[in-house]
Amino acid sequence: MSPLIQGLLTILIGVGGCVGYFWASNVVLDKVVFPAKGPNIGRNINRANAVRPWLFMLPALAALGLYLVYPVFGSFWRSLFNRSGADFIGLGNYSLLMQDGEFRTALFNNFLWVLVVPALSTFLGLLVAQLTDKLRWGNIAKSLIFMPMAISFVGASLIWKFVYAVDPEIGIINAMRDAMGFAPLDPLQVGFWNNFFLMVILVWIQTGFAMVILSAALRGIPDETVEAAIIDGASPAQIFFRIKIPQIMGTIVVVWTTITILVLKVFDIVYTMTGGNFGTQILPSYMMEYMFRDDGRATAVAFVIMIIVLPVMVWNIVQARREVR
Amino acid sequence: MAVDDDGIAGAKSSLSLVTNLTVAILVILWLIPTIGLLVSSFRDRDAISQSGWWKAPFPTQQNFAVRTEGEFMPEGDGWVLTGNLFGPEGSGSIAAFGGLRSDPTAFAPGETGELVRGRTLTVEENGDYIYFDPADEAPTRNPTVYLASSVPPDFSLDNYDTILTSAGMDVAFINTLTVTIPATIIPILIAAFAAYALAWMDFPSRGAIIALVVGLLVVPLQLALVPMLKFHNAIGIGQSFYGIWFAHTGFGLPLAIYLLRNYMVGLPRDIIESAKVDGATDFQVFTRIVLPLSFPALASFAIFQFLWTWNDLLVAKVFLPSNSESWVMTVKIADDLLGSRGGDWGILAAAAFISIAVPLLVFFTMQRYLVRGLLAGSVK
Repeated sequence: MSPLIQGLLTILIGVGGCVGYFWASNVVLDKVVFPAKGPNIGRNINRANAVRPWLFMLPALAALGLYLVYPVFGSFWRSLFNRSGADFIGLGNYSLLMQDGEFRTALFNNFLWVLVVPALSTFLGLLVAQLTDKLRWGNIAKSLIFMPMAISFVGASLIWKFVYAVDPEIGIINAMRDAMGFAPLDPLQVGFWNNFFLMVILVWIQTGFAMVILSAALRGIPDETVEAAIIDGASPAQIFFRIKIPQIMGTIVVVWTTITILVLKVFDIVYTMTGGNFGTQILPSYMMEYMFRDDGRATAVAFVIMIIVLPVMVWNIVQARREVR
Repeated sequence: MAVDDDGIAGAKSSLSLVTNLTVAILVILWLIPTIGLLVSSFRDRDAISQSGWWKAPFPTQQNFAVRTEGEFMPEGDGWVLTGNLFGPEGSGSIAAFGGLRSDPTAFAPGETGELVRGRTLTVEENGDYIYFDPADEAPTRNPTVYLASSVPPDFSLDNYDTILTSAGMDVAFINTLTVTIPATIIPILIAAFAAYALAWMDFPSRGAIIALVVGLLVVPLQLALVPMLKFHNAIGIGQSFYGIWFAHTGFGLPLAIYLLRNYMVGLPRDIIESAKVDGATDFQVFTRIVLPLSFPALASFAIFQFLWTWNDLLVAKVFLPSNSESWVMTVKIADDLLGSRGGDWGILAAAAFISIAVPLLVFFTMQRYLVRGLLAGSVK
């Protein structure tokens, strides 16, 4: 059976199964378990209404629990065992990681990525959002800068590999170097700085995201505050930095953290561009080196990523709890 | 907007010129990489390595090697070969010529070039040549002449043809589609019910579950790879399309629930309460009122999930079998084409654009919903 037909069947079964489950479980609840009739009708209706939310949420909670909650513990547990999974070695995998030079490189590079990519994307996004706000062709400009969001990391890597190509007749960077009389060089093999050439790709993708959100936030600023500043004689720069920026600070923080989280997950760019060679390794791509080869190490790396993400997670949860109350 | 120019009357025109210019430069910078690869996907391998893509719309000067034809005739104290380098029917314009591979553009057309061992070569601009060899015996091999000639721009769909028919990209395309469609549709339904419960039903620990969903938004996927692959192996689905559908469903749910709940909470309370007063059950309220009203949020999430699953490399590498019949396009490009056709930029570019085309189409037709989803997901 062709996978496509298999896929269509799965959609039918999946969608039908979901609808069937929700419908049937409601019928069973109302007609069989707690029927809305007989001597206990009032109590039954209350009970049915207490159970119903859980019926609605059951498939989602089951999937979340299985695919996202369980792995946090499952991965940690697995990381305490050796390669074959037979011997308990405590924190052995973690101490192996600490002794591995490549892991330290990955950790350091990841630190650079987290520092540079969110800052640069947010800054450029804010710049474009502010500049295009008053332009007649602003929406077209925004749409074009937003476009890389739709491109896969692999596709984007290929696009930039072409830009970075060593041959001055292929890569535009080396063509420019050639025109200025420099010898061609491979940007991906320039020690230390090659990390930044890889970051450019993610900035290229994420600037559009930052721009869209910050542009909406800028539009949401009440006109009165800007008008009042103008009457008081503020310059455009003062209006931007002293009036607008403080009012969208919350959004800037959200954009910044969202991109930070993304940076810690993206392995595609390094994997496609350099394979982690030339000192460009980062944690997600380092993990993939051990995936399928040494599950103990791979899960240990994954858990290190989790620990780095943890503060953001806690902060998100605290924010969410405050809003719901 | 009430304020267009931040009110500084005199500064307006110069400021807006600077703004226009800056934005134009940024847009061009953002587009150049993509355009470069797009242009290259229509050029053949030789053209790509001969001249940069930025020169592609113009005629280019390319070097050729031509094996002369015909027989040497005795003349004077040697042998002479005459003919036309473009062949009897061809035509063109010679920019330079030479007799050595190492120096193919040594002489200008019309010149008589001195070659090794007293041989001379004269080539006119239209391709007519006279080759003189002072040897005693008639030369047995016809010499090769090198020339530079200008070539008109040449764009074709050959790369796309090659990649789709012989390189297996068609299979990868179908596989990507197979992964994407169920992985987009199934989580929507599951998430919609849960989002309704979290938005409009009152029960203890609702706040805790919302917080849990928000927390799970940032859990790194990497954690799930090893335990879930083991789980899939244990329940017998192993590395398969079923495995990747389940995985994408699980990974997509936090965002789906979060987006949909945020949207549903904002629906007018009156409609939902009056329906309940009229005796509608929660199930009816959900399917008849909330679901149709939530269409924009459903569309937003669908686009997100579609782009994410279509573009994903990590999940596909782990949860799909690693044989070539099951490769999706991202895996095909990253693991196969970059290695086996690393230098063939025309083919790589065509492959990239086949994989990018559908997301770009979705992006440009449904940008409104994508933006709305982004805003609902991040701005509070």
